[in-house]
Amino acid sequence: MAKRQSSFFRAVRLGVSSLLLHKLRSFLTTLGVLFGVASVIAMLAVGEGASAEAQEQIRKLGSRNVILRSVKPQEQGDTDSEMRVLSYGLTRDDFDRISETFPGVKRAVPMLQTPAEVRFSDNVCRPRVLCTPPSYKDVTQRELFSGRFLSAQDEASRGLVCVLSYEVARFLFPFETALEKRVKVGEHYFECIGVLGSRTPVGSVMLDPSSEAGGEVFMPISTGRAFYGERQTQIRSGSMDIQEVQLHEIVVEAKRDNDVLTVAQACRAMLSREHSDKDYEVIVPQELLQQAKETKRIFNVVLGSIAGISLLVGGIGIMNVMLATVTERTREIGIRRALGAKRKHIVTQFLVETMVLSGAGGLLGVGIGLLIPWIVERTAELETIVTPAAPILAFAISVLVGIVFGLYPAWRAANMDPVEALRHE
Amino acid sequence: MNDTAPQPGKEPVAELNDVTRTYKMGDELVNALSSFSFTFHRGEYWAIMGSSGSGKSTLLNLLGCIDRPTSGSYKIRGREVASMDDDTLSTFRGKELGFIFQSYNLLPQLDVLENILMPVMYQDEVPEGIEDRALHLAERVGLGGRLHHRPTQLSGGQQQRVAIARSLINDPALLLADEATGNLDSRTADEILELFDELHDEGTTILLVTHEQEVGERAENILRLKDGLVESVHRGRRGQSGATELFEASTPSTAAATRPGAGSASVSGSVSGSVSGPSSGPSTGGKA
Ligand SMILES: Nc1ncnc2c1ncn2[C@@H]1O[C@H](COP(=O)(O)OP(=O)(O)O)[C@@H](O)[C@H]1O
Ligand SMILES: [Mg+2]
Repeated sequence: MAKRQSSFFRAVRLGVSSLLLHKLRSFLTTLGVLFGVASVIAMLAVGEGASAEAQEQIRKLGSRNVILRSVKPQEQGDTDSEMRVLSYGLTRDDFDRISETFPGVKRAVPMLQTPAEVRFSDNVCRPRVLCTPPSYKDVTQRELFSGRFLSAQDEASRGLVCVLSYEVARFLFPFETALEKRVKVGEHYFECIGVLGSRTPVGSVMLDPSSEAGGEVFMPISTGRAFYGERQTQIRSGSMDIQEVQLHEIVVEAKRDNDVLTVAQACRAMLSREHSDKDYEVIVPQELLQQAKETKRIFNVVLGSIAGISLLVGGIGIMNVMLATVTERTREIGIRRALGAKRKHIVTQFLVETMVLSGAGGLLGVGIGLLIPWIVERTAELETIVTPAAPILAFAISVLVGIVFGLYPAWRAANMDPVEALRHE
Repeated sequence: MNDTAPQPGKEPVAELNDVTRTYKMGDELVNALSSFSFTFHRGEYWAIMGSSGSGKSTLLNLLGCIDRPTSGSYKIRGREVASMDDDTLSTFRGKELGFIFQSYNLLPQLDVLENILMPVMYQDEVPEGIEDRALHLAERVGLGGRLHHRPTQLSGGQQQRVAIARSLINDPALLLADEATGNLDSRTADEILELFDELHDEGTTILLVTHEQEVGERAENILRLKDGLVESVHRGRRGQSGATELFEASTPSTAAATRPGAGSASVSGSVSGSVSGPSSGPSTGGKA
């Protein structure tokens, strides 16, 4: 056994020294496999990272939640009427039905949204103003940055208090704390009692305080109803656009993970029964997660095909060079055969050389393939994940490519007539 | 067959019997060797001569088991080559035969020592003390100080010495040299031939193909080919001088048979066999 091993290592050493006779050619030959392997690892890492990020975002919506949202239905014919009241969306009855009669529901949290300017001294922005009960923070798994969130006390007393998202707080109060400051929301002043943590990882790009994700101001739903009602008035290109929405969002939390899909099913059934228009949407993070996983699977298949093709091209390149090498070294083959080499020795010799080539390409490719995600992470601020299996698999495949594409040249070499080979110039 | 019958006291190493080797050149068949019969014995030193295209290399390739006869029988050390498969032949070449080529044919990626050990590499079991033997042989051919040089760092004569050491590593039954001095200047060629003389004195069987008269004349016996047939067989300088005495003294069994006829008996014995070849075989020499 030990002897056989030593003869294998000798074959590898011999192969390496043969390849080193033509350093540049050998190096260029490995490039195909090198880039194939490197791109596989790099793309896998970026894809894995993107997918993990997407899944993380979906998870932030709460994997036990079913989110119901009001959606403005498609505009109907009478658009030219000067003033109209468009009434649509989720109703308080919907909310009551869900929270009181649905099995499997732990709690349902309503949310009312109002368009309003938020101002402190000269700083003005237009975040979403969300009127919610205190449980909204828990059900959406938000973190406090400072102060406290809305309380039952605020709710009961219709307190004039608000909680800002991190981005809004930073925008309105760039140099000082937002706590206990009086912020103007629409026409009224509210005392800031807390700031929520940012939804993005610390240190990454700051979100726009007027954006959907970054700009949020929370106030008690009782206060919201009292001050702004359920009508939202927007003046748009001369015409006044009044919308009447009872609830903009209901977050339904299921008791257990297994209940989520039944709850979603029940919500959909109830809403389609109660609403003649499709003026709502149902978002089920768990389903989105499923979709994200499916997307990732497709991505992996595409990636696998690209990897396969590039390794195929690399393999063909290696085979091409090995065929040329075999022809070039015809005489050497003749010498070896005359000195006692069997066909299998010649096959082994050239197979080992091909494997050394593709294996070296694979190793370098793994190195570069690990370097690329590292660079991407630092320059493009994309999350990348290198799974340990990727480099190992890529390297194994590159060696396999060596075997597959080395077989034919090796076979050609072994079947040369020794006499002819020796006569070869 | 009387012509392959062993000579008394002489051990046949390579016996060719009615061997024909035909090459196909387009539509034409070329007989590089035609109905060739000859026997080489142990300890002999033959120069195989003839003009270019007379079949010298073809004969040597057959003798060296890297080629097979188109028809006829070739026995080496009593074994019929036709009955051996490719792997067996390969092993046989590595263990029993030594090759020396005109263009040295060392491997550029190996150093001197590794080149000398090449034939051992392909054997299933490495003989005891083979490294010492390689060192000894390198010393012997005057390359003890260049064990780790690559062939490209050596002169032609030195490379050929490495090739000779390589051919001797397995103590071959037959040393086959095809124009071994063809690429060398006359002084270096002389040194190589002196080495052959020494080897012959030690009992090595040598078959040396050459087209140079002076080189051939130095051998013990000379076999002259023409158009794939034996043209003549005669004694070389070593056969006439007392140079073979050393060998004969060391192998008394053959000495008794060879001594009285001053070696000519063995040669004429072979000649009588081979002469029948041209007369009976179809004389279809390829190049006239
Ligand atoms: N591979 C081959 N294919 C066709 N003809 C060959 C081949 N090898 C040798 N011959 C022919 O056989 C004859 C003898 O060749 P060879 O043994 O090489 O002669 P020498 O070595 O004496 O010069 C020549 O006529 C040569 O053309
Ligand atoms: Mg020749």
